[in-house]
Amino acid sequence: MAPPTRRIVPTMVYLDHAATTPMLPEAIEAMTAQFALAGNASSLHAAGRRARRTVEEARETLAEALGARPSEVVFTSGGTEADNLAVKGLYWARRDADPARTRVLASPVEHHAVLDAVDWLAGHEGATVEYLPVDPYGRVSPETLREAIERDPDDVALATVMWANNEIGTILPVPELAEVAAEFGVPLHSDAVQAFGQTELDFGASGLAAMTVSGHKIGGPYGIGALVLGREYSPVPVLHGGGQERHVRSGTLDTPAIAAFAVAGRLAAERRERFARDIGALRDELIGAVREAVPDAVLGGDPVHRLPANAHFSFPGCEGDSLLLLLDAQGIECSTGSACTAGVAQPSHVLLATGSDPDLARGTLRFSLGHTSTRADVEAVAKAIGPAVDRARNAGLS
Amino acid sequence: MTHNPERNAQRPLRVLAAMSGGVDSAVAAARAADAGHDVTGVHLALSANPQSFRTGARGCCTIEDSRDARRAADVIGIPFYVWDLAERFREDVVEDFVAEYEAGRTPNPCLRCNEKIKFAALLDKALALGFDAVCTGHYATVVTGPGGARELHRASDMAKDQSYVLGVLDERQLAHAMFPLGDTLTTKDEIRAEAERRGLAVAKKPDSHDICFIADGDTQGFLAKRLGRAEGDIVDESGTKVGSHDGAYGFTIGQRKGLRIGRPAADGKPRYVLDISPVDNTVTVGPAAALDVVALTAVKPRWCGTAPTGPAGYTAQLRAHGGETPVTAELTTDGTLTVSFEEPVRGVAPGQAIVLYDGTRVVGSATIATTQRRKAALAG
Repeated sequence: MAPPTRRIVPTMVYLDHAATTPMLPEAIEAMTAQFALAGNASSLHAAGRRARRTVEEARETLAEALGARPSEVVFTSGGTEADNLAVKGLYWARRDADPARTRVLASPVEHHAVLDAVDWLAGHEGATVEYLPVDPYGRVSPETLREAIERDPDDVALATVMWANNEIGTILPVPELAEVAAEFGVPLHSDAVQAFGQTELDFGASGLAAMTVSGHKIGGPYGIGALVLGREYSPVPVLHGGGQERHVRSGTLDTPAIAAFAVAGRLAAERRERFARDIGALRDELIGAVREAVPDAVLGGDPVHRLPANAHFSFPGCEGDSLLLLLDAQGIECSTGSACTAGVAQPSHVLLATGSDPDLARGTLRFSLGHTSTRADVEAVAKAIGPAVDRARNAGLS
Repeated sequence: MTHNPERNAQRPLRVLAAMSGGVDSAVAAARAADAGHDVTGVHLALSANPQSFRTGARGCCTIEDSRDARRAADVIGIPFYVWDLAERFREDVVEDFVAEYEAGRTPNPCLRCNEKIKFAALLDKALALGFDAVCTGHYATVVTGPGGARELHRASDMAKDQSYVLGVLDERQLAHAMFPLGDTLTTKDEIRAEAERRGLAVAKKPDSHDICFIADGDTQGFLAKRLGRAEGDIVDESGTKVGSHDGAYGFTIGQRKGLRIGRPAADGKPRYVLDISPVDNTVTVGPAAALDVVALTAVKPRWCGTAPTGPAGYTAQLRAHGGETPVTAELTTDGTLTVSFEEPVRGVAPGQAIVLYDGTRVVGSATIATTQRRKAALAG
């Protein structure tokens, strides 16, 4: 086979950490150390006991990083599975207990792992889905949630509102929303995949029923995540089997991935404040540089309640895909939005929900920084973005 | 716009390779990259029909072809994008195809796609984004002529030549076209072997023959769905009704099969479609000899270079897989091309393209408007 004929790009500028971020060396070390060891954490013999100890220590570590009790950490194969388990499992459990409870309240800016799970419930399980209106920054206000629940508090199965949006970086007022939900005894789930390591997550203090986190967004491995689940909740399982994880999520535990996830989780919590300060400052420089080069660029998301590593822009008259191509050709890797929408260009549902003009929503770029980001990355964008936007405008909207 | 992609072969060009997901366009992109060009692959999403192309409301996942193209691009080591040109394709190719059939003509959608999509919508966007050329897997050759002008020639291997479907390209379009497969005297098997050698999984993928937007190959069914049933008469040359049909658009001049004529012809010989008249929804049938065309007129000529003056001798090709035939052609003052054949030809239908060649060089093309049958046959 001929070797790939890749043109030479001096340095890669990776600004797509919200899609996935490189694994931390500490996490790689923890994971590879486990690969050499055998043992099913459910076995009773010595090898099993060793694996179980590793898993339970990891559970304790993650619980501490997330302000939860160890028993509240349910390991899953990732964020998507945790979201599905929370949304479907809680819906089924609540409806089973009272058939009147079929209303699902969701923010319209959720990740597709939540949005499509909710849609599926509407299509197959008799759910009535109500999307909570958001402000132009994508935030749901506690009053909005209260209004929606008060319309008929007895028919609500659950509510789900993400902690921070993956595209525009807006942080939603989740603890305030949880307080409202708790008043009515409505379980609130929050997808905190993007928030972990960037803003404080205290599950115990939040009042949430369930919270989703994922390994590979915080420097851990792919294929591992967790649903942090209040002890009083017993969602109907999506996966049936051996009864692992409180009988909520069956399947042999992935000890190496869990060990590495815990290391990454601990470091994400430990380094959060410094990350927010340093990476936030770098991100602010990036926003400033883009605005200077392209004065009519529109910053997406909340300017204040915002993930420190996210910079999202709409560029009037540009196709996001054109910008992506032009920047990629210069070794700058970013995204138009969430990776799943990146097949054929479609305006983002997040931007449409925030009332953005559909044409403007086609010309978006998300720069997301992470633990490997440097000032040189920002400088590369500052240099490239102006000419790229000029060129993309020239190519227009097809 | 004046840049000539091959004039300075040493300078690497920024090339946008249109990748269909088939073996030809994959090898073409790989050869362009091998030649030192900076290649980016793009797959055109041309169908808004979720069954044949896009699934799901988000357009997140495309079917096999798009995946195959992406996979090939990854192996070649080039960036890859999917561009949604479905709306342009629908307007310029699919609707044109339906309208032509409705008018009783026989269009060639591949030609239209090259003219309006690959070397117009795609090329324009590519140039605007800073690319120098568009590369495809067509078998044709572009050379720089004596005067520095770009010339389109038949592929080295006449059996695979596709210059016919590129005959609509003008000099500006040719200036930015790259056909890396055109100058190889290799069989399709050798192209497949090359793909295999390069580790391209599409090496064994079957060739596509059908019209891409009619996934099941049922053109009649597609047209019936679009145009509805319109029953009418099938008549012979004397005007006597010999059968009926569900829509005149479902026929092509020269067609023999599927006429469903119960009564045999007086002479017992097979009958062919001679004429389609959308105005009175009538299909005329007759003997093979009545299909002989001795001359035609064609409209909307496009020239790969300067238009010819005065009557001149050329060879002409009338179908994508047809042979060559000697003709005398002349451009009249009203812009119509008049063509007379040295020997009568059969199965010539209005709507088809006629491409004129001077040796291997493509002179130009035009859309057939009217045909003139051999008098004796018509009388006969």
